[in-house]
Amino acid sequence: MISVGHYLAVSAVLFTLGVLGIFINRKNIIVILMAIELILLAVNINLVAFSAALGDLVGQVFSMFVLTVAAGEAAIGLAILVIYFRGRGTIAVDDANRMKG
Amino acid sequence: MTADLALIWPELILTIGGLITLMLGTFFGDRAVGLYQLAAMLTLAIAAAAVVTMFGTDATVFSGTLSVDSFGGFSKLLIYAASFVCLFIAPRFFKDGMRAEYPALIIFAALGMGIMASARDLMTLYVGLELNSLAAYVLASFMRTDDRSSEAGLKYFVLGALASGILLYGISLLYGFTGTTDFAGVATAMGGELNIGLIFGIVFVIAGLAFKISAVPFHMWTPDVYEGAPTPVTAFFATAPKVAAMALLTRVVIDAMGPAIGAWQQILIFLALASIILGAVGAIGQKNIKRLLAYSSINNVGYMLIGLAAGTQQGVEGVLTYLLVYVVTTVGAFLVVLQFRDAEGNQVESIPALAGLSQRRPGLAGAFAVFLFSLAGIPPLFGFWPKYLVFEAAVNANLVPLAVAGIVASVIGAYYYIAIIKTMFFDDKSETEFPAGGGVVVEDAVITASALWLSVVGYLFIPALAALSASAAGVLF
Repeated sequence: MISVGHYLAVSAVLFTLGVLGIFINRKNIIVILMAIELILLAVNINLVAFSAALGDLVGQVFSMFVLTVAAGEAAIGLAILVIYFRGRGTIAVDDANRMKG
Repeated sequence: MTADLALIWPELILTIGGLITLMLGTFFGDRAVGLYQLAAMLTLAIAAAAVVTMFGTDATVFSGTLSVDSFGGFSKLLIYAASFVCLFIAPRFFKDGMRAEYPALIIFAALGMGIMASARDLMTLYVGLELNSLAAYVLASFMRTDDRSSEAGLKYFVLGALASGILLYGISLLYGFTGTTDFAGVATAMGGELNIGLIFGIVFVIAGLAFKISAVPFHMWTPDVYEGAPTPVTAFFATAPKVAAMALLTRVVIDAMGPAIGAWQQILIFLALASIILGAVGAIGQKNIKRLLAYSSINNVGYMLIGLAAGTQQGVEGVLTYLLVYVVTTVGAFLVVLQFRDAEGNQVESIPALAGLSQRRPGLAGAFAVFLFSLAGIPPLFGFWPKYLVFEAAVNANLVPLAVAGIVASVIGAYYYIAIIKTMFFDDKSETEFPAGGGVVVEDAVITASALWLSVVGYLFIPALAALSASAAGVLF
């Protein structure tokens, strides 16, 4: 029988992978965008699992909001990435170093 | 439902005004950008008037997801005023690069911040925060042909999205372990024993919000974004979102996590001390004035957190007073920074180039000195007063070591402010010429007024400020 604990474990693993994907990844900014989506999906699993376990619909409504905002976030992130690429001609993480200190 | 709509006039006005600005921009293009700017400023002014007329109402709307009270009203007035100024100063900075989206984005960001300041449900909290953040990412990269601006936007986006993710994960845990997203319901559940899920939820939510107020150790985006973003946008980031996120953090820790003060107080104490010390030390040796003001804002957020860590009404009153004085000072400082232009009219951001400014523009250098001394909290200036209030609140809440550490660190902080003043007043003239601004009477008037208010006039307002902050903080206790 799959309990809430199992869902929480999956979501914790996904969340950790997402955070590590942002910090360890040194190559490509697109991968960072994917890592962000992973974090948001981990949250959604959490919300839906809790919602089912509690028998309360709020969690599922919340996950709809998260999905909507995630779509907007991805659109804006890609748009910023496009203007960044136009100016620099690269999307490598290590090249984003015009400002330091 | 209809009765609820009558209580959220400020938000409705901003939504409609923002959409109208956006539609006008689509129809007439970038030619009529002055018109959109006027429309946006008018919208903010009407929304602020609506907040003033409703000041003192204490109600919740939409099944308890939003509150209409004087705490939110106070924060919204500050937010709208700061957004208004940042709209006003933009055209002169952008010259031909000012596009129709700028006024609309500022309006939507202000709308999101207003929702943040009045949220009393984890869901409205998230939606308000994202509405503000998404507009802010675009604003940071607004000068799209400029390398530094697009890099600032990218960094802000990646780290801001990570912060939202952390905050959301915390929210999902709070929801799961309390069974509700309502602040009052969460607080009831916190009254019992804290299990590991709730502790994790508290830590993640505070970490996510600490990111938005740029408290150490979640501050790493601040210097880069402040330096890279266009100066009016930097002025915006340094003022309005700080107020909104601080108001939101206050509401979350007092309203939703109030009974669990033992758990969050230590986190806030750590954030406060780390921000004060790192903000002071990091600023030493900076050569860019916007970067330096970024560290100064990190440092000042630390002092606000001291007041919040006290967890008392007195502490929250201190935080609100601090926010007001901080916004006035920061707006003044950025108006001065905008006037630093060389003979060709280019913006000057380098601190060594300011050497001997007092001989070329004595008034400007004097006003900047007032703002810097006030940010440092040196006594005759009004910036001292809110610092005194938060230290007093910390002492009364038995946090004497925290107050002492804050006072010692403020001495370190004074060093770099005084170093700029030395550069402006006592160094030999640099080669940069700084011709007089040329016909921006309003900006000069605002600089003069805020410098005067911060010098001595402010002390006359202490009773009024105390009454205002007491009525605002009172609704939380």
